[in-house]
Amino acid sequence: MTAHSPDHDDHEHEHEHEHSELGEMDLRVRALESVLTEKGYIDPAALDALIDTYQTRIGPRNGAQVVARAWADAGFRDWLARDATAAIASMGFGGRQGEHMQAVFNSATQHHLVVCTLCSCYPWPVLGLPPVWYKSAPYRARAVRDPRGVLAAFGVSLPADTAIRVWDSTAELRYLVIPQRPDGTEGWSEAQLADLVSRDAMIGTALARSPADAGAPS
Amino acid sequence: MSYHSHADLGGQGACGAIVPEPEDVLFHAAWEPRALALTLAMGATGSWNLDASRAARETLPDYAQLDYYRIWLAALEKLMAERGMVLPDEIAAGHALHPPVPVARVLQAAQVPGVLAKGSPTARPTDAPARFRVGQAVRMRRQDGTHHTRAPGYVQGRRGTIESVHGAHIFADNHAHGLGESPQWLYTVVFEGRELWGPATDAGQRVSVDAWESYLDAEPEGAA
Repeated sequence: MTAHSPDHDDHEHEHEHEHSELGEMDLRVRALESVLTEKGYIDPAALDALIDTYQTRIGPRNGAQVVARAWADAGFRDWLARDATAAIASMGFGGRQGEHMQAVFNSATQHHLVVCTLCSCYPWPVLGLPPVWYKSAPYRARAVRDPRGVLAAFGVSLPADTAIRVWDSTAELRYLVIPQRPDGTEGWSEAQLADLVSRDAMIGTALARSPADAGAPS
Repeated sequence: MSYHSHADLGGQGACGAIVPEPEDVLFHAAWEPRALALTLAMGATGSWNLDASRAARETLPDYAQLDYYRIWLAALEKLMAERGMVLPDEIAAGHALHPPVPVARVLQAAQVPGVLAKGSPTARPTDAPARFRVGQAVRMRRQDGTHHTRAPGYVQGRRGTIESVHGAHIFADNHAHGLGESPQWLYTVVFEGRELWGPATDAGQRVSVDAWESYLDAEPEGAA
């Protein structure tokens, strides 16, 4: 991800602008938490555990390990194609919002892109929480109609004869894109390969990094 | 009863740019992680199901103006108010003013890993035979706008092909309205981009949705 620094400045800027409103939302959420705790509906320690889980344990590095294994191990790749839920569970990932998984495999002639036009369905056990753009109206509106335009927003341009398949996650099946393995990675370890796999590559809005790009700061 | 979802965005002319962001950015305000956790913890009480949550969110009149965690919070407040669990005067006061409503479960911190790992699988056994087979031509029915549905507007009335058969799953349209699980066969149905968006669309562009059996009618083979 080389578009890092300009984005970063924008986010800092937005945060400054939002400060007064942020105070109001903070108060509202705090009030709600107090009421729910007083009424005995929630255990505040469970909230901390939930947040910690998605900040430190469940995120796109899980999915990157799945992709790396699919690249390195043909038997695992076949299993992933046949029964992604079981193959992914064998690596310790599964459960909430990944109960029924399907892996879709990019090739030189076929690219896959995942969206949820109706809400924000996303494979949490392998990718963590969805980014803002995935939940936003412009992505949800355009992905099914103009996937090439969406890819362009991410700086991705595919050959004109590459077919594009968009998966709209309308039920409880959750989709993981297995990007193409970059050239020049023969003999790499799974850990090395996983570093080439970004979250966006597993949604289909990016390709796997090449060994040359991987050296650049991300 | 009329039902209007503000969330059915596929193919709509939504304005605004798609703004990529780095993958280590999880939240954009301090209250967002608390809002996420409150939503998950209250979901775990069993007072409603995920489909009812989605229905509560997509029917918020100001859906289009809210960012996603604000949508979640507003829907959470709505679901709780509908059940008498928390009333607006309590949120305004910041403390409980009315007695609690009994809940089935209270999620404890030690249970979090197990509950997340278990999730809520929606596959159910069925004795009914699947009505459609892989490769069969089907047409998405038009929905009548009286209930929650997971049939996006952009595929309603369109012709597609059954690509895979996933077994029976909880039927979201009924489940969202407290009408039980009523499992139905679930299919991945793939559509040619040109069928959805017209002849100028790239020949190789295809879109699929996952559709329950009652969303579909058989289409004469070979007809276009």
